[in-house]
Amino acid sequence: MIFGKLRILHSHGRQAIPDLSRVELAERFRGRPELTLTDDMSQVEQAAAICPMGAISVSPFTLDLGRCLFCGECARCAQHNIRFTNDYRMGATRREDLVVRPGQTAVPFFEGAVRADIRRMFSRSLQLREVSAGGDASIEMELGATGNVNFDFGRFGVRFTASPRHADGLVLTGPVTSNMAEALEICYDSIPTPKLLVVCGSEACSGGLFAESRAVDRSFFERHTVDLWLPGAPTHPMTFIEAVTRLRGKASSER
Amino acid sequence: MIYLITDNTASAVPIARIPVVDYMDLYNDLCERMKHERYHVAHYFAAQVAGGGLRFYLLLLDDGESKVMISSFVPDYYSEEGLPSLTAVHPAFHPFEREIHELYGIRFNAHPWCKPLRFPFDRYDRNSTMHNYPFYEMSGSSLHEVNVGPIHAGIIEPGAFRFICNGEQVLHLEIALGYQHRGVESEMTRSTNRLRQSVLAEAVAGDSAVAHATAYAELVEKLSSRSRSTHLERERAVALELERMAMHIADTGALSMDIGFQLYQVACEALRTMTINTTQAWCGNRFGKGLIRPFGTNFPLTAETVEMIRRNVGEIRRRYNEVRCEMKESPSLLARFEQCGVVPREEMRRIGGVGQAARASGLCRDIRASHPSGVYAEDICHEPIVKRHGDVMARLMMRCREMLQSADYIEKILSAYTPLDDMPRPDYHSPLAAESLSFALVEGWRGEICHVALTDAGGRIVKYKIKDPSLHNWFALALAVRGEGISDFPICNKSFNLSYCGHDL
Ligand code: SF4
Repeated sequence: MIFGKLRILHSHGRQAIPDLSRVELAERFRGRPELTLTDDMSQVEQAAAICPMGAISVSPFTLDLGRCLFCGECARCAQHNIRFTNDYRMGATRREDLVVRPGQTAVPFFEGAVRADIRRMFSRSLQLREVSAGGDASIEMELGATGNVNFDFGRFGVRFTASPRHADGLVLTGPVTSNMAEALEICYDSIPTPKLLVVCGSEACSGGLFAESRAVDRSFFERHTVDLWLPGAPTHPMTFIEAVTRLRGKASSER
Repeated sequence: MIYLITDNTASAVPIARIPVVDYMDLYNDLCERMKHERYHVAHYFAAQVAGGGLRFYLLLLDDGESKVMISSFVPDYYSEEGLPSLTAVHPAFHPFEREIHELYGIRFNAHPWCKPLRFPFDRYDRNSTMHNYPFYEMSGSSLHEVNVGPIHAGIIEPGAFRFICNGEQVLHLEIALGYQHRGVESEMTRSTNRLRQSVLAEAVAGDSAVAHATAYAELVEKLSSRSRSTHLERERAVALELERMAMHIADTGALSMDIGFQLYQVACEALRTMTINTTQAWCGNRFGKGLIRPFGTNFPLTAETVEMIRRNVGEIRRRYNEVRCEMKESPSLLARFEQCGVVPREEMRRIGGVGQAARASGLCRDIRASHPSGVYAEDICHEPIVKRHGDVMARLMMRCREMLQSADYIEKILSAYTPLDDMPRPDYHSPLAAESLSFALVEGWRGEICHVALTDAGGRIVKYKIKDPSLHNWFALALAVRGEGISDFPICNKSFNLSYCGHDL
């Protein structure tokens, strides 16, 4: 029996990614889009018409990552104007920074919006409580994956905790269903201050596909300030890891 | 004639051809038929008809002859009488009757468990809320209640569990869901943008994105006269089996974690990463979102992709098998999993269990074998894996064997696959048949997924119904923990791994 276990260990090999800041994702991964202005914008109009999220505006030409579900259809409609890169560095401290403009080559990370408390309190250990309020399970699995053997975010002191009372912040996924609104509020209140609020996934950022659904209640956002906006459907573990690292002032390089 | 008979490969049926019968005739027929294991309900719902009132539709599956039997009836909406409940005779009807009652206020007489199902925003009784869910109660000086949720201790979706325990032992578990209700079904008909509908289908349950998107795509294709290429069917089957592999590996790891077997847990985590990264290298998303679209694909397989998938799947299969062989011989693992959380076969049948949980109890429900379409009807003659014991161990071994089987299917499909240079691209605009009912049945990794749509005179989808296998199987979890120690709840729960959002929609 011990041989069997050794065989598993041998096949398993070393799995942890040694340097998370150097990760490159698969070529086809749809991450941060790049926009280009052309004389003829008729294809962008078509793309805007087919976009299921209304994430594209034609004039001025922008693409809102907080709404985009990265289906990639617009890039096929308007090949000269929209191109998805495999850059996963998409987290922002302000909602408006998620709106991508032509010529932009990175999603800005506005340091000015990072509260001093965050750097002072959470740069060594950060315990987070995740609340799913209508998330479709893929995003919850991706958040779970941040702590797995490959990414192992726990080695940098960032972990998910069971009780909100032990937590330093809340990670919210899903469009916030009416049926979860109250539980979410109670959970947020139970976290001692100062606390972080991370909004994870395009559905959480804007309501996504359910922005107009009558089953959704987003009044939570009228009462609380978000520290980190993370787009994606679902948000890739690296998007989460990169942005949280940056938020804690731990990133080694500029974007 | 009570039913219109069709099957899972036929095209959509005109609504006018669906018999409208008297409820009592249907009731009597179902009471009799459902005694036989070969029949089970795929869907049963009510839809508003133009001009007021409701029409009820029923889709019954005949596993014996691979037939789908469709019937309908129109009750007198203003009658005070109520309908005799089918659940009272065959509990398998319970989620459907509860849904109809919750949405339209229809009364089902003698329904034994007519509780709210998911508190949808458009429910009939606005006074029925999460706060006054009628939990079952028992009293006694030695009993206590344990309430868990809606927020659980891990990174998972919300749902409320209430246990009634005698000491450590669970006497009763009641599961109250609805926290995840997003209004998916009504969003499906909000606009006619079929790209939006495809994306919505992928979001029904993110861990079954491929399966639900396939159901949507097949449903739309059945509403059109265009035929589907066999290449497309093969590529979809590869995606579906990759999804099954990834989730079975994830659950194997999760079960190991819950009993503290770190070696198997981390090995499975790494293997799952490898599986979903294979999907990502193919289509740019780890969950296969964006891969399945009606009539075509944006990511046709190329010779290199085929090679990459075969290589990875072969490697994953080899390494997973090492884990599997060790697992089934670990005494401490067997001690925890065997005879824990048993759902006997007859119970499973009565409550209408489906998918791998049903097969682990010896009840063979597998759409790939009983109602095959596409690849499963031609290239692959699927032989479902069936276990007998219905305990946590059986559900784990089920996953182990199915994961290997899926890997073999992928290898089988791809080894004989010549990529096509001009694969059809998705089409979001083909006209759809007017006034028709279309359905799709897909065996996702959890079990039977059923989508049903009704179109209006202009060929627009006006009613969309989704059934995730979790709708049936949540009840099986409640039965599984009866009599177990409450500390075994986590492993029982993981062994089912049901979807909250797929249930709540
Ligand atoms: S990729 Fe984003 S912006 Fe483009 S069509 Fe899809 S949802 Fe819209």
